[in-house]
Amino acid sequence: MTTTGGSERSPSVALRTEALEQLLTERGLIDPKAMDAIITRYETSVGPLNGAKVVARAWTDPDYRRRLLEDGTASIKELGFSGQQGEHIVVVENTPTTHNVVVCTLCSCYPWPVLGLPPSWYKDPAYRARVVREPRTVLAEMGLTLDDDVQIIVRDSTSEVRWLVLPERPPGTERLTEEELVPLITRDAMVGVAKVATP
Amino acid sequence: MSTPLAIEGPAAPPRSNGELVFAEPWESRAFGMAVTLYEAGVFSWTEFQTALIARITAWTASREHGEPCHYYRLWLGALEDVLAGLSAVSTDEVITRAQALAQRSPGHDHRDHAR
Repeated sequence: MTTTGGSERSPSVALRTEALEQLLTERGLIDPKAMDAIITRYETSVGPLNGAKVVARAWTDPDYRRRLLEDGTASIKELGFSGQQGEHIVVVENTPTTHNVVVCTLCSCYPWPVLGLPPSWYKDPAYRARVVREPRTVLAEMGLTLDDDVQIIVRDSTSEVRWLVLPERPPGTERLTEEELVPLITRDAMVGVAKVATP
Repeated sequence: MSTPLAIEGPAAPPRSNGELVFAEPWESRAFGMAVTLYEAGVFSWTEFQTALIARITAWTASREHGEPCHYYRLWLGALEDVLAGLSAVSTDEVITRAQALAQRSPGHDHRDHAR
């Protein structure tokens, strides 16, 4: 992909972005410093580590787990995670017999406060279309082979709902503390395209 | 947050599983502009999302087989659509400014300084 230059009639997307930023700044519609802060926030402090803390708390605190499944947004906010794309988070639990996997078929809705920005495969048309039609096959291709008797529920994000998967706590982790569990919990497990592996 | 960020490991932001949040600097600017304008109340997120869905739908319908999805190009296009709809910035203004930027001397390209 060309990032600078571009033909005279069709400027490159990088130049186009720079041009738009200049025009918006000149018109007082954006403050570049505020924008820098927002970008830094999403590059460094908002990411799947937040979701991992939510999951680890749910695994170790039955009362929190119950509240989380009842009211995801409020329970996630208890841990300090809230903001854009996190207004309506619904948490669904994976079990040995039911497996939830998340998609946004129309665009790329994703619970930013707990998972950060979506990875490229989540935004890819192939994943968005195929996981609905043939979830078992898509999950197997991504490395997660589920038994035929496991029910798969595909959760399609809408303008109202952002889904977060509460993965199964893996066997062999009974003695680990909440803090020790956090690093085991991956983004992919919280989207439902992987399980949390036993360490 | 009070807890130090994990630099490595499966939960480390922003490069979870070795993946960069933004592949190129302009992508972060395009993302940042949309969120900044939304937070400033210039448009609602639903307005932006509707424009993004329209861009994605149009691209999906016209894509050539195997053509990769350049998500943030669609994102930028949606942002331009919303701003043009609000008469805040027109497409012609963006193109004219971008063409002017393209005429800068090579010294203005940061990559030249790095060589």
